Amino acid sequence: MLNVSIYRYNPEVDSEPYMQDFEFDTQGKDIMVLDVLEKLKIEDPTLVFRRSCREGVCGSDGMNISGKNGLACVTPLSSVVKKNKLVIRPLPGLPVIRDLVIDMSQFYAQYEKIQPYMINDTPAPAIERLQSQEERAKLDGLYECILCACCSTACPSFWWNPDKFIGPSGLLQAYRFLADSRDTATEARLSNLDDPFSVFRCHGIMNCVQVCPKGLNPTKAIGHIRDMLMRTAT
Amino acid sequence: MVTNVTSLGRSGLSDWLIARVSAYVMTAYLIFIVGYLMLTPELSYTQWAALNSSLPMRMFSLLTILSIAAHAWIGMWCVLTDYITVRLIGPKATALRIIFQLGMIAITLLYVIWAIDILWGI
Repeated sequence: MLNVSIYRYNPEVDSEPYMQDFEFDTQGKDIMVLDVLEKLKIEDPTLVFRRSCREGVCGSDGMNISGKNGLACVTPLSSVVKKNKLVIRPLPGLPVIRDLVIDMSQFYAQYEKIQPYMINDTPAPAIERLQSQEERAKLDGLYECILCACCSTACPSFWWNPDKFIGPSGLLQAYRFLADSRDTATEARLSNLDDPFSVFRCHGIMNCVQVCPKGLNPTKAIGHIRDMLMRTAT
Repeated sequence: MVTNVTSLGRSGLSDWLIARVSAYVMTAYLIFIVGYLMLTPELSYTQWAALNSSLPMRMFSLLTILSIAAHAWIGMWCVLTDYITVRLIGPKATALRIIFQLGMIAITLLYVIWAIDILWGI
C-alpha cells in the first residue's frame, strides 16, 4: 500500500492546515498522481483540487508533489514516490483557498502587467500579418506556456515579492511578445521592465527550468530580455 | 514599472551591470594578490609596503574597495527588500527597512572612506 500524505485546509472548519494520511493500493500500476487524487476523492469527497484536461494541456492541476512543483496529471508515481511515500501540497508561495487550491490572483496580476497580447498600431493587412519561418521560429519555446504557475511558485524571488517581481512565467510571456516580429510595442514593453524588481529580481537559480512541466526555459528568456534592455540602454 | 529610491543605480539594468563588473574586478584582485603571494614566497615587509604604496596598486585596491562597496550595496538592498517587507512582517516593515538600508549605506560609505585613509596612509 502506498502512503499518501495530503495537505488539508478548509478555512471554514480548520483553525490551521494539517497533513492527512491515506493508504492507497496502486495494484502495482505506475499511474499518474492525478489518478491517485481522483480515487482518494471518491473515498473522501471533501478533498479539493483543481483539474480539467488530465493531459498536461490546461495547467489546472499544478501542485507540489514530493517537494517538486509539477502537474499531477502528467507526473507518474514512479518519478515522485520515495520510500513508498507520496507527499502532496499546494503550490508554495500563494494563499491557499482550500486544500490544494491556491489563489492565483497575484500570478495573474503579473501576467496582466506584461500586456500578454499583440500590440501593433500599423493598419491591419487584408488577410493576416505575415512572418518569415525564421521569425516564427523565435516563438518556439515561448508560446507553449500554459500558465500552470509551477515555475513562478518555485521561485524564491516570486515568493518574497509576488507584487513586484513579474516571475518566470510572466517574463517568458513578456519575451514571447518582445520576440514577435509583428509586435510594434517593443520599446514601451522594455521601458516598463527596466526597474530593479520586474526582471532583475531573477538571480538565475533556475528553479523555474527545473520544474516546468512543458520543458520550457524561462531563465533563458529572462536573459534575452536583459540583452534587449542592454542594447536599448544609453 | 516598480520604482525604488534606495537601490544603487535606480535602474535594474544599471544595478545588474554594476554587480557583474564589480564581481570581475574583485576576482581579478583576488587572483592578483594570491598569485603575487604564491610567486613571492619570502615576502618582506619592505616589498609588501612598496607594492601597496605604488600608485597603480593603490588605484587597483581602491577600485576593488569601490567594487566591494557597490556589490555589497546591491546585494544588501536585495536581501533587505526580500525579507523586510510589509507582506512578510507587517506595516512597520517600511520604516524598519529604511533604517536598515540607510544604516547599511552609511556603513558602506564609512568603510570606503576608512579604506582610502589606509591606502594613502601607507
